[in-house]
Amino acid sequence: MSETSVAKKARPLSPHLQVYRLPLPAVSSITHRFTGIALTVGTLVLTWWLVAAASGPDDFDTAQHVLGSPIGLLCLLGWTWAFGYHLLKGIQHLIWDTGTGITNASARRSSALVFGGSFVLTAIVWIAAFAL
Amino acid sequence: MASTSDNGFRTRLGRVRGLGSAKSGGAHWLAYRMVAVLLVPLTVWFLISIVRLAKAEQADAIAWLHQPVNAVLLLITLIATFHHAAAGMREVYEDYIHGKLARLIAIGLTNGAAILLAAASVFAVLKIAFGA
Repeated sequence: MSETSVAKKARPLSPHLQVYRLPLPAVSSITHRFTGIALTVGTLVLTWWLVAAASGPDDFDTAQHVLGSPIGLLCLLGWTWAFGYHLLKGIQHLIWDTGTGITNASARRSSALVFGGSFVLTAIVWIAAFAL
Repeated sequence: MASTSDNGFRTRLGRVRGLGSAKSGGAHWLAYRMVAVLLVPLTVWFLISIVRLAKAEQADAIAWLHQPVNAVLLLITLIATFHHAAAGMREVYEDYIHGKLARLIAIGLTNGAAILLAAASVFAVLKIAFGA
């Protein structure tokens, strides 16, 4: 092979989303979006819960009953994780806005920290909620 | 430079001021960040509060909201949350909806829903806080 064809082969390819394994910061970034959208939908439930609390004991009991059902608890568990994730990722973004930590290595490290921290935070909240 | 109002005496800053792509993009960006910073301590407080109210009866939730500190902090949290949610969803629309009219409708509907939900939840909190 001539030198030019080797050089041609080594050129970077444009990533195709269906076959390209996203690096951790990219997965972390799109997860931030998804959790943000999920939390936006969750504000409907929050509003419903507050309005139920303001409406009287019966409506509040209904809301607590729905949220306390297996499906309700599963949604709340997902909501807690989304909340923790979006909070930690948001802090990472605010730090990035100051110009700190914007290197590939640092972004990989902090993104791993965000994922790990989100699970730790979820565990703490749920253990505390059941223990108290 | 061919503008008739540009007589050569205006400063460079004077010529470009107010001519940004979105005119108010800077203020929008800054408000989004400021509210996000505000939401970090508020949401931590909110998470701790709902953990403590996890098994609450309506009377417990009402007693909690009767304390002015809780009511005021929750009101700020709610308003900041809906501002942040609307700003975040707008960013998603601006990235993925390419039709101008469709994008405008999506942003408008989301802003309207955010205002409606914010008003409903704020009213619920005030009703409880001022209630007997």
